[in-house]
Amino acid sequence: MSRIAWLRLALIAGSVLALEAACRGGLIAAFTMIPPSEMAAALIELLSSGKGWVDVGRTLRIIATCLTVAVVAGLLLGIVLHLLPRLRRAAEPLLTSYYAVPVFVLYPTFIMLFGANDVPLIIIGALFAVIVMAVNTLTGLRRVPPVLLKVARMQGLSTVATVWQVMLPATAPFLVTGVKLALAYAFIGVIAGEFILSTAGIGHAIAYAYNDFDNRTMYALLLFIIALATVLNLSLHAWEQRLLRRLGKA
Amino acid sequence: MSARLDTVLLVAVLVAIWQALHMIAGDLALSSPVDTVARAAQLLASAGFWRHAAASGVALALALAIAVLGGVGLGVWLGAHRLSGAVAEPFLIAFYTLPKITLYPVILLIFGLGLSAKVAFGALHGIMPITVFVMAGIRNIDPVLLKSARVLRLSPAQVVWRLILPATLPELLAGLRVGLSMTLLGTLIGEMFAAKAGIGQLLIRAIARIDSETILALTLIMFAFALAMNAILLAIERRSRGASGKASIELL
Repeated sequence: MSRIAWLRLALIAGSVLALEAACRGGLIAAFTMIPPSEMAAALIELLSSGKGWVDVGRTLRIIATCLTVAVVAGLLLGIVLHLLPRLRRAAEPLLTSYYAVPVFVLYPTFIMLFGANDVPLIIIGALFAVIVMAVNTLTGLRRVPPVLLKVARMQGLSTVATVWQVMLPATAPFLVTGVKLALAYAFIGVIAGEFILSTAGIGHAIAYAYNDFDNRTMYALLLFIIALATVLNLSLHAWEQRLLRRLGKA
Repeated sequence: MSARLDTVLLVAVLVAIWQALHMIAGDLALSSPVDTVARAAQLLASAGFWRHAAASGVALALALAIAVLGGVGLGVWLGAHRLSGAVAEPFLIAFYTLPKITLYPVILLIFGLGLSAKVAFGALHGIMPITVFVMAGIRNIDPVLLKSARVLRLSPAQVVWRLILPATLPELLAGLRVGLSMTLLGTLIGEMFAAKAGIGQLLIRAIARIDSETILALTLIMFAFALAMNAILLAIERRSRGASGKASIELL
C-alpha cells in the first residue's frame, strides 16, 4: 500500500476512534450520537434479524431502474443537444440552474399522475440524474479533438465507423464520469424522496427511526448508507480506471 | 442576442408541453401554466410570502457565507498542500455522493430545531462544490507564473494578491455558482422539516394539502430565482475569465 493509502486509513481510524472517545467520554450526549462501535453492532443486529433487507432491496431496485433510465435518456438528450447547437445554447441557462430546484417537491404531483406505486419515485430519481448525464455527454462530444474528426474524414470513414471508432473512445471518459455522477444523483434523489415522502425504503426507515427516537436503528441505517455509497463509488472508480487504462493502451 | 430569443422560444415549447400534460392529467394533479403563474403572482403580492422569503433569505445568506469561508479555506489548503489534497480527495468525492438528507436527523440532534439547523444543512450542501473548484483552481495555476513571481521577487502578499487571486477567481466564481444552487437546495430541504417559516415550509404545507397549484407556483418562483442568480454569477465569471487572462499576461 502506498503512503497516501496508509494516511487515508489512519485518518479514518483516527476519526472513528476520536468519535468513539467523545461519545464514551460524555463529550457528545447519548441522545445526539451513539458511539461508532454501537452503530456497527446495531447494524449487524438489524441485518441479521432480516428486518432491514426488504427496505434495502426495494431501494436498490429503484436506484438501478432510475440509473438505467437516466443514463439512456441523458445520453440521448446530450446527443440531441450536441447535434442542435441552437437548441444547446438556448437550453444552457436552464441546464445550469436545474439543480437548484428540489425536484422531489413534484412527488405529490407524480403520485396523482401515476398512482401510489414505485413509478413516482423512479421518475424523481431519474429526473435528478438525467441532467448530469446529459451535461457530461454534451461536454464529452464538444471536447472531441477536431483533428480526430478531420483524420476520420480524410480516411473516408463512414458515419457509423466515425461514431464507433473515433467519437465513442474520445467521449468515453466523460460518459463514465456521467454514469458515476448519475448514480450518485439517483442515489440522492431516491433516498431523499423516500426520506421526505415515501412510506417504504431505506430513506423512509431512517426518517421513521428518527421520529421514533430510535437512535440505534437510525445510526445503523446511516452507517449502512455511508458504507453502500462508498462501495458503489469505489467499484465505479475501479471500473473507470480500468477503462481509461484500456483506452490509453488502444 | 439570438441565444436569448431561442431560450424564450424553448421556454414557450416547455410551457406548451406543460399545458398538454395538464390537459391529459386534469386540474387536480397538474395545474395549468396560466393558473400557476396567476398563483405565483398572487404569492408574490402577498405579505405572508415575503415573510417566509425573508426567513429563507437569511438562512441562505448565512449558509452561503459559511460555505464560502469553509470552502475557500479547505480548497486553498488542499490545493496548495499536495499530500493533504491527495489524501483528502476520495473523502471529498464520497461526501459529495452521500445523500446528505440522511444526515439531517443528525444535524437536528446536534443543532436543535430552528435557524442554526437549516443554516448548517445548507452550508453542508454548498461547501463541497466550492472546495473542489477552489482546489482545482489552485492546482491549475501555471507553474511558470509562480516561477516568474519568484524571479521578480514578489512578496507573499503580492503573490496572493497579484497572482493567486486573479488566477483562481474564475474557479472561485464557478464554485460559488454551483455552491449557491446546492446551498439553496439544502436550505429549502432544511426548512421542510423543523422550521416555523421559510419557502421550504410553505412547500411542505402545500404538499400536505396536495395543492398542486401552490407547489408548482413555488417551484416556479424558486427556479426563476436560481436562474437569475446563476445568470448574474455567470456574467461576472465570464468577465473575470477575460480579466484574469489579461492579469497573467501583464505579470509576465
